[in-house]
Amino acid sequence: MNNPEDRSKRKQGSAQGGLNAVLADYAGMLVAVAALITLFSLTTEHFFSPENFRTIANQIPAAIIVATGMTFVLIIAGIDLSVGSVLGFCGAVLGAAIVNWNVHPLLAVLLTCVAGMACGVFNGWVSNKWSVPSFIVTLGMLEIARGGAHLVTRSQTQYIGSAIGGLADASVAGISLPFIIALVIVAAGQLVLSRTVFGRYLIAIGTNEEAVRLSGIDPRPIKVLVFVISGLLAAVAAVIDTSRYQSANPNAGDGFELQAIAAVVIGGTSLMGGRGPVVRSFFGVLIIAVLNAGLASLGVKDEYKRLITGLVIVAAVVLDQYRQRFTAKS
Amino acid sequence: MDSLLSVSNICKTYAVQVLSNVDFSLRRGEVHALVGENGAGKSTLVKIISGLIRQSAGSMELNGRPFAPGSRMDAEQCGIRTVLQELNLIGNLTVAENLFFTGIPNRFGLIRYHELNKAAAVLLDRFGLTGVNPRMKVSALGIGRQQLLEIAAAMSCESPILIMDEPTAALMDPEVELLFKHIKEKRDNGSSVIYISHRIEEIKRIADRITILRDGCIVGTYNAADIGNDEIINQMVGRSMDQVVERRSQASARIALKAKGLTRRPFFHDVSFELRKGEILGFAGLMGSGRTETMRGIFGADRFESGEIYLDDSQQPVSIKSPRHAVRNGIALLTEDRKEQGLFLPLSLRENITITNIGAVASRIGWINHEHEHAEADDWIGKLDLRCRSPEQKAVELSGGNQQKLVIAKWMFRDCRILIFDEPTRGIDVGAKVEIYKLLNNLSERGKAIIMVSSELNELMALCDRIAVMSAGKLAGVFDRGSWSQEILMEAAFSEYLTGERRNPQSPLDEGKDETGPVNHETSNLS
Repeated sequence: MNNPEDRSKRKQGSAQGGLNAVLADYAGMLVAVAALITLFSLTTEHFFSPENFRTIANQIPAAIIVATGMTFVLIIAGIDLSVGSVLGFCGAVLGAAIVNWNVHPLLAVLLTCVAGMACGVFNGWVSNKWSVPSFIVTLGMLEIARGGAHLVTRSQTQYIGSAIGGLADASVAGISLPFIIALVIVAAGQLVLSRTVFGRYLIAIGTNEEAVRLSGIDPRPIKVLVFVISGLLAAVAAVIDTSRYQSANPNAGDGFELQAIAAVVIGGTSLMGGRGPVVRSFFGVLIIAVLNAGLASLGVKDEYKRLITGLVIVAAVVLDQYRQRFTAKS
Repeated sequence: MDSLLSVSNICKTYAVQVLSNVDFSLRRGEVHALVGENGAGKSTLVKIISGLIRQSAGSMELNGRPFAPGSRMDAEQCGIRTVLQELNLIGNLTVAENLFFTGIPNRFGLIRYHELNKAAAVLLDRFGLTGVNPRMKVSALGIGRQQLLEIAAAMSCESPILIMDEPTAALMDPEVELLFKHIKEKRDNGSSVIYISHRIEEIKRIADRITILRDGCIVGTYNAADIGNDEIINQMVGRSMDQVVERRSQASARIALKAKGLTRRPFFHDVSFELRKGEILGFAGLMGSGRTETMRGIFGADRFESGEIYLDDSQQPVSIKSPRHAVRNGIALLTEDRKEQGLFLPLSLRENITITNIGAVASRIGWINHEHEHAEADDWIGKLDLRCRSPEQKAVELSGGNQQKLVIAKWMFRDCRILIFDEPTRGIDVGAKVEIYKLLNNLSERGKAIIMVSSELNELMALCDRIAVMSAGKLAGVFDRGSWSQEILMEAAFSEYLTGERRNPQSPLDEGKDETGPVNHETSNLS
């Protein structure tokens, strides 16, 4: 597949085609991650160590999974502000199911996923049925789900012990299972987006929803499904986090939605819809995580960490604008 | 030679070269027309002159001094006003605010509405927009009036150079007359006008000189009096053209679609007609007569209140609640507004073409076969002679005519039996128009049933087997080939406006397509 067609695909950044195209498309992000790692490795003693990388890899699976869902939502020109609260709510359901209702852990996990999807159905259905911008509906869900999390747990952290601890502790070839799950979800998300009819419809809806409708395709069920996916992925993230902390905190995931949006935006997904490879969102999460860990090992205070992270987000988006303008002209 | 503006050796390159070594000069006090097919580079040239884009090479002189505008504002300060093809109004502001947007009268930042609205009323009056209230929001106006408003705003400035890119695209005849009167006035006061249009008759009437562009190069500049219409067209397309499309009537007797009493007030009421297989049925009518709305109703894009649609010989009406149902029943609508409603401009031609029937290039579980998809897209691009670099080129980069072909390709891929074309040739050049006519002819030969909505009677009369005329939301009549003439069709188009007992000073001519209104006798005489 090394023909001119591939080259033009690459220009569009549509992440299709062979390995070369993929590498070229993500080269910039790979370089950014490598540069950050090099920088922190040179400036601190302890950064470049397997333990440190393992810590980072353990911290980010939930963020990666939620960011994948968020990418889908942004592609259809929507937004999901509720993912953090839904994550908290799902964790609460999981904790309560195991501790209070004595449900089998597997069934509890299933229940958690259903809870996440239900939140997504609400988001998608309401915003479609009454043409309410998803910003508003999911802002409402942000409060609803948080309230739900506190209700289910009676505002107390639920300690589940090692009931599903096997999930977070397991590892394959030295890589933790949650990280592998996250990678699989990213890969699946990328394939769905670039190789399936559903993914094509998402991009088309984000580009021109009315044209989709007038092409004889009903965009509404597709849009609802996107929010369901986002809710489900928040639930998966909740399972992983609950397993890792061995407890469900009703305040879990507070502010997570903004982190997810930041990561996705760093990855170059447009808030206007129609564009956004999932793999890039993964790199967005990675960049933020490496930056945070690096600054921490440098001993940078929390207030400066936030300040620097903020600047990086803005700088990344500005850079991406330049990149786009450049590729559009070349 | 009294050259006011001269352009020399201008080149502009995007992905391909769109202008190469263009020399052009504008004299003081002349109307200079730029003509050429879509994609010939007219719009690019005027965008460079008006500071919207920078040339890749070459230079410009204004009043004998080097001229290199960095922005549109820059050019305006040098006295160059531009009316672009795309409307440049702010829908949520009032008519008056838009008219004086760059110089709203104010005291310490507070708008002096009384003064503003008074000045606007004077200006509106001058341009025959008497029915428009300066306090109205622009978004409430039809597209024709918006266009006039934009022209009025540009004309009101005392700028020595005025550039107009397709100003008459959305205008009806009386408005065009008014526009020409103002252009002539401006020229007689010593201003110069660069005028771009596809309508050669108009250009012959208004222009002093004509410059013809083809494929980014100047073919020649002529005095308007010295060159004939055929000559202009030949120069534009670079080949002698068989303008006439011979239509051999081949409609079968078998019915493809039957509409019965379709009603959606206030847009259309009691519309009934039959469409046969292999037929091209034209829909004529004034702007706002309900043609577009009727078609959207049949396609399920808007729901109609009452009436039935029958397909083939079925006695059972079909229920079409959404475009999805329509497409499943083999009905396609090619909308008037290609860019907003038909295409995915930032996406590739491949993605645009296959969207209507993507299942055909995907496995049962929805896995797209990219090679197959690419091949299919390539195939349709070849069949429709769609000019592009590859199926991976983005739709936004195509010229208007090729974009229209892309919309056709998209529906050919779905293989619908009934194709409804709403203004398929609007805004595309003569060469591309003829190709579209040939395509329509081919489609009907292959047994497709075609409805063609058009505001150009000439093309309807050349192409259609029958022409239905709508007037004020009603079907005023259906005419067979041979039984029509331009006069008969126009009379039908105006008929419902004359019988209505409602009389008000608004004419339907300057109404947008989303409005219907009665007409008074004076306006109707203009036809």
